[in-house]
Amino acid sequence: MYFYRMKTKLLIGCLLLAFIVSCKKETTNSVAKKTEQISNISLKSYSYDELKPLLEKKDNKTYVVNFWATWCAPCVKELPYFEKINKEYASKNVEVLLVSLDFPRQVEKKLIPFIQKRNLQSKVVLLDDVNEDVWIKDIDSTWSGAIPITIIYNKDQRKFYEQSFTYESLETELNKFIN
Amino acid sequence: MKILKTTFVLVMIAFLSAFTLKVDKESYKIGDKVEDFSLKNIDNKMVSLSDYKNVKGFVIIFTCNTCPYSVANEDRIIALDKKYKEKGFPVIAINPNDPVAVPDDSFAKMKDRANEKGFTFPYLLDVGQKVYPKFGATKIPHVYIVTKNDMKVKYIGAIDNSSRNPDKVTEKYVENALDALLKGDEIQKKETRAIGCTIKVQ
Repeated sequence: MYFYRMKTKLLIGCLLLAFIVSCKKETTNSVAKKTEQISNISLKSYSYDELKPLLEKKDNKTYVVNFWATWCAPCVKELPYFEKINKEYASKNVEVLLVSLDFPRQVEKKLIPFIQKRNLQSKVVLLDDVNEDVWIKDIDSTWSGAIPITIIYNKDQRKFYEQSFTYESLETELNKFIN
Repeated sequence: MKILKTTFVLVMIAFLSAFTLKVDKESYKIGDKVEDFSLKNIDNKMVSLSDYKNVKGFVIIFTCNTCPYSVANEDRIIALDKKYKEKGFPVIAINPNDPVAVPDDSFAKMKDRANEKGFTFPYLLDVGQKVYPKFGATKIPHVYIVTKNDMKVKYIGAIDNSSRNPDKVTEKYVENALDALLKGDEIQKKETRAIGCTIKVQ
């Protein structure tokens, strides 16, 4: 039993180490290799100026962008629905982006373990930017600042939702974009 | 043990998230007159705005024990009270969360938190959640500055421009608004926004 625990601890330690190393690599590499891997352990920190292009792409995909945080209970509750959409609608040119508003200093302690534990497959990024007043209004003039919020958009239309979703309601909204 | 823990966490998540937000569409805007309220403070005494005789106004802050954004702002709220109470603008903190929905926001836990942090201001519980919808608080922390002579709302929004990291603050919205009011100047930014937690209801 004791050995088993030790082993688990060691394993977690190794995983974490591997992870930290891979993160460091990522920051030293420049933005050029964006397509490299969309695995659950590539987590990048964005300023709003860097994030903004991801909220207004004009390609053939439909994007479902959810703003959330590990500390936000209603956000955590609806995460599986976004994961399911990401999986089931991938073939229909739909991509999910999860924008975390976790505290930057809690990324390694909370956000990364959360992503690993839940084995999140959608792309996760951290938005780390002061001047919330500026970017909250820029994302949507009606956004109060509470989370979760979701944006669904493609090159033709965009809609902002300050609300929680069920899988069904999310799917219904998404279908308005792809049908 | 692990199963127990997991079950507990799942139950908590289901429990905490089964609530939606209720905000009055007719909530206060800048320039609106506020109605007085009477809420119980952590010292068991009732507090109303009319109890304050020699003040110029109030810094009413909806906040709570459990929201990380509130916790990250606690020291800033204490600092605001220390700096502006003597200038005539005391802080009044109100916890709008339903304690049944969030047990760690109960009246007893509010007392603990206030003692731990050494709150220098009243910390009221919005029993029955009647007050926050009138203000239109949508998240916590959410600040309202009200002037005493006309009881009107002069500022709604965030404490400053960097809620997650106090070291990166470059603009102190509430302080700027209070300084303007004290000087008799126009407030430059009357409404600002910040990320926050939703207010939890049953």
